[in-house]
Amino acid sequence: MPLPRLIPCLDVAGGRVVKGVRFENLRDVGDPVELGAAYSDAGADELVFLDVKATLDARPALLELVGRVAERLAIPFTVGGGVRSTADGASLLRAGADKVSVNTAALARPTLISELANLLGSQAVVVAIDAAEGKAMSHAGTEPTGRSAVDWAREAEERGAGEILLTSMNADGTRAGYDLELTAAVAAAVSVPVIASGGAGSARHVAEALAVAQAALLASILHERPGRLASLRQELHGLGVPLRDAA
Amino acid sequence: MKVAVCDYGAGNVRSVLAAFARLDADVSVADTPAAVAAADLAVLPGVGSAASAMGVLRERGLDEALRARVAGGGPTLGICLGLQLALEQSDEDGGVQGLGLLPGRAVRLHEGRVPRIGWATVDPGGEAYYFAHSYVAETPAASATSEGIVAEARVASFVGVQFHPEKSGAAGARFLKRCLSPV
Repeated sequence: MPLPRLIPCLDVAGGRVVKGVRFENLRDVGDPVELGAAYSDAGADELVFLDVKATLDARPALLELVGRVAERLAIPFTVGGGVRSTADGASLLRAGADKVSVNTAALARPTLISELANLLGSQAVVVAIDAAEGKAMSHAGTEPTGRSAVDWAREAEERGAGEILLTSMNADGTRAGYDLELTAAVAAAVSVPVIASGGAGSARHVAEALAVAQAALLASILHERPGRLASLRQELHGLGVPLRDAA
Repeated sequence: MKVAVCDYGAGNVRSVLAAFARLDADVSVADTPAAVAAADLAVLPGVGSAASAMGVLRERGLDEALRARVAGGGPTLGICLGLQLALEQSDEDGGVQGLGLLPGRAVRLHEGRVPRIGWATVDPGGEAYYFAHSYVAETPAASATSEGIVAEARVASFVGVQFHPEKSGAAGARFLKRCLSPV
């Protein structure tokens, strides 16, 4: 098995890193390329950029941003938010992204997953699942679908997903730890890698997540501070988590 | 040092160009046999499917250009799918005939989670590089391994790697730098 991965997640809008509450009152907190490079230097194994506006008129800024990131960064990066078609996915990869993440559009039209996998390869297709009470939610976690997250993960894999990014809406923002039960259930149901997300408050939480999933997404625990990633890696080393030597 | 990155209409050409540019190499895209022949180092990058990639390489005459280049001792690097295409055969897409630069075939991974995605240590050397693949080379030309699978294979002037040096941070940059200064 490859080494466990730490993946900082940056919310972007209009080509900038933003911070807000539930995608409202967005505040500019920096340049994605600078912040991404600083995370890379601090030992990020990959990066995720989430376009929180995800509107058609925000696309040119996103593609331009992806290009600038690709010029500078020598680690893999995934872009998600508003990917609705193979054309969306292909344009992101052409611009320099390594993977695209799909969520709502795949729930609405599951064949999108196989179309993307056929065109880009499964290794470039991440299916993101926002789960509340074990059920998949769409539209950034606002609309219930009634589908079990475990079943949806299994279907996503069958349709060609290369990874599952599982966010527990119940745990998200609590800093009380990942939803290990749900993460373990999804990891047992699929044979593709699983990225755990939501709830990290300490190194111990991240270590627990990496015992059941192949990667951990890091958002609010880092507070846009690359230095926090470096110290987190140290703490994880101390807990016996075998991270790569990023030097 | 002139580096030509073969473009077959798929994948991460841009990342590979950027990685060589960061090393101050004179790097450009090659989509003609002449451009492949003229470079000091030719690179066959790779993501996407084996069948469509081989189709485009043939259509553009790059398959013959790469064979001629390696036969003439021209340094050539294959990355990920670029390594798998260099083999005689791939099991992907129902069976695809490869370039035959390396003996052996690409077979589907069966152990662990597939796609195999993430950083893994490569020996000899002990550095960790980023992998993202569902197929793997089976070849007697293996020169480095990672967790029991072929990470690198070499025959004469051709080197193929299963990992993505252009996405492998400082370790990847060191690897590419070695490719730019063959001893």
